Amino acid sequence: MTSTAQASAGAPAATGQARAALPGAWRIGLSRGAVELRAFFRERQSVVFILAMPAVMLVLLGAIFSRPHQSAPAISVSDLYVAGLIGGGVMATSYQNLGMSIALERERFTLKRLRGTPMPAAAYFIGKIIQVLVAALAEVAILLAIGVAFYHLRLPAAVSAWWTFTWVFGLGVAACSLLGIAASSVPRSAARNGIAVITLPFMVLQFISGVYVPIFLVPRWLRDIAAVFPLEWMCRGMRSVFVPQAVVLEPGHSFQLGQTALVLAAWLVAGLVLCLTTFRWQNRQAG
Amino acid sequence: MNESGPAIRVRKLRKSYGGVAAVRGIDLEVAPGEIFAMLGPNGAGKTTTVEILEGYRDRDDGEVRVLGTDPGRAGRSWRARIGIVLQGAADQPELTVAELVGHFASFYPSPRRPAEVIDLVGLTGKASARVRTLSGGQERRLDVALGLVGSPDLLFLDEPTTGFDPGARRDFWAVIRALSGSGVTVLLTTHYLDEAAALADRVAVLSDGVIVAEGSPAELGGRAAGQAVVSWQEFGGTRSERTTEPALLVTSLVSRFGGEVPGLTVSRPSLEDIYLELIGGRP
Repeated sequence: MTSTAQASAGAPAATGQARAALPGAWRIGLSRGAVELRAFFRERQSVVFILAMPAVMLVLLGAIFSRPHQSAPAISVSDLYVAGLIGGGVMATSYQNLGMSIALERERFTLKRLRGTPMPAAAYFIGKIIQVLVAALAEVAILLAIGVAFYHLRLPAAVSAWWTFTWVFGLGVAACSLLGIAASSVPRSAARNGIAVITLPFMVLQFISGVYVPIFLVPRWLRDIAAVFPLEWMCRGMRSVFVPQAVVLEPGHSFQLGQTALVLAAWLVAGLVLCLTTFRWQNRQAG
Repeated sequence: MNESGPAIRVRKLRKSYGGVAAVRGIDLEVAPGEIFAMLGPNGAGKTTTVEILEGYRDRDDGEVRVLGTDPGRAGRSWRARIGIVLQGAADQPELTVAELVGHFASFYPSPRRPAEVIDLVGLTGKASARVRTLSGGQERRLDVALGLVGSPDLLFLDEPTTGFDPGARRDFWAVIRALSGSGVTVLLTTHYLDEAAALADRVAVLSDGVIVAEGSPAELGGRAAGQAVVSWQEFGGTRSERTTEPALLVTSLVSRFGGEVPGLTVSRPSLEDIYLELIGGRP
C-alpha cells in the first residue's frame, strides 16, 4: 500500500490490509430479503396479479357457485375454492412470482450488477426465499380470512391438520420456487414472451388441478395430466386440511397424502437439479 | 497480492466468440490512481476486454492481473475492492435512491456512507425519491453511486455520460477527477473523444480487437500534429494534401496559381481526425 494510502482525501480509512471482514451471506441475505419485500409490496404489478388475483377469484367464484353441487350436497363449493385457491395462490407467489421477476432481473441486468458486487450467490437466494415465504403466507392468510368472513369456512382445530398444512405448504413453496427459478431462464425476453412461457402453463394447470374448477368436475384424462405436476397435489393436500369432508369426492375416498409428499419431494429434487444446471446471471444473447 | 504493482496488467489477451476474434492480443498496463480511457467504435473489443477485467467473462488466452489478482479466479474480497458502474439502475423502480444505495453498501466490508455517496453524485435532493421517478441523467448518476458505495480501489466506468446534458457531464467529470485525486484507479470506456481528452491520463484506441494507439491525449494529438493538412479549390473541387512542410507547399501553390490560391486552408488535425484515421474512418 503505497500510492493509494497517501492520497486519502475523501476516501475512507479502510483500504488494503486494514479492510474489515466481509459481511456474511446470512446478513446480506436478510438485507436482500428486506429489499425484495419492499419491492414486491410496492410494485402494483405483483400485488395485483400475484397477491390480489386469487383473493378476487375466491370472492367471485365463491359468490357464483354458492350452492353445493348436486353430486356432493354436503360439501360447500366455496370451501373447495378456498382450498384450491390456497394451492394456486401458493404457486402464484412462488413459481409465477419468481419466474417472472428473475427473468426481468436478468433482462434488466439486475443480476449482472449484483454479480459484480461481493454479494454471495447464497444471499440472493436467501432474499428470494424470505420474499416468497412472506408473500405466500400473506396470500394464505388473506384467502382464509375471506373464507371465514364470507363463506362460513371453519378452520381446523386439530394439530395434525396444521401439521399437514405446514408440510404441504413447505414442500409446495420449495418445489414451485425452484421450478420458477428454472422457468425464468426459458423466455428469451421476459417482457415479450414471459407471459406465454411462464404464466400460460400455470393458468392451464390451475384449470385442470382444482383451483378454478372444482376437481370433481374436471374430466378424468385432464386430471391424469394434472397429476403429473405439483399443483394438483398441493390442492389435494389443502383440501385434506380445510375441507376434510370432501374426501368422499376423491378417487378411492382418500387424499393420498403419502403420495402427495412423494410427488412434491420429487419435483423439489427435479427443480433443484434444473436450477443448478440452468441458472444464469446474464442472458444468452448478452454480448 | 502485489499492491505496489500496476492496478491492471494485461498481456496478450485473446478472446473469440464462435471462431470470430473479438480481442486479438491486447497488452495494457494501468498504474494505481490513473484514469485510463479505452476508446473505440462499437465492436472494437472494448466491452469484451472490460468484462474480462471485471470477471464477467472468461478469456481464451493471455495473462490478466487486476489489483494483483486473476479476475477469472477472484473471490469476494477482490470484488469488494472493485466498483463496476453498469447502466440501468431503474431495475429497482420502487425503491428509493437512499434505500438502494444503502442496500448495496450492506454488501461491502467497509463501504462509504450512503448519504456521502449520494451527495457526491449530486442526488441529495432525490435521496427519498423512488428510482422510477428519476430522469435519465439522474439514473446514470445513481449507477455511479452504486459503483462507488463499496469504496473501491478500482472503478470501471462503461460509457458513463451517455444521455447526459452538457452541464451534467461537466459535473460528472468533476466527480471522477475528485475520485482519482483520492487515489481511486479509473478505467473508462467511451465513444466520446472530448471525454477521454478531458478526463484521462492515458488513452488506448481499440480497433478490430487490437490497440492501434496508446498514450496521453496530448501525445496522441502530438504524434500527428507535426503534420498539417493544406487544402484548396482546383478543377471544380476541393483538393487536400498532408505535409510536414505546409509553408513550402503553400509557396509552390502560390507560384502555380500566380497569386491567391482559391479556398486555401492550412489546418492541424484535431484529436478527432487522428482518432478517425486510427480506427479506419469508422466513427
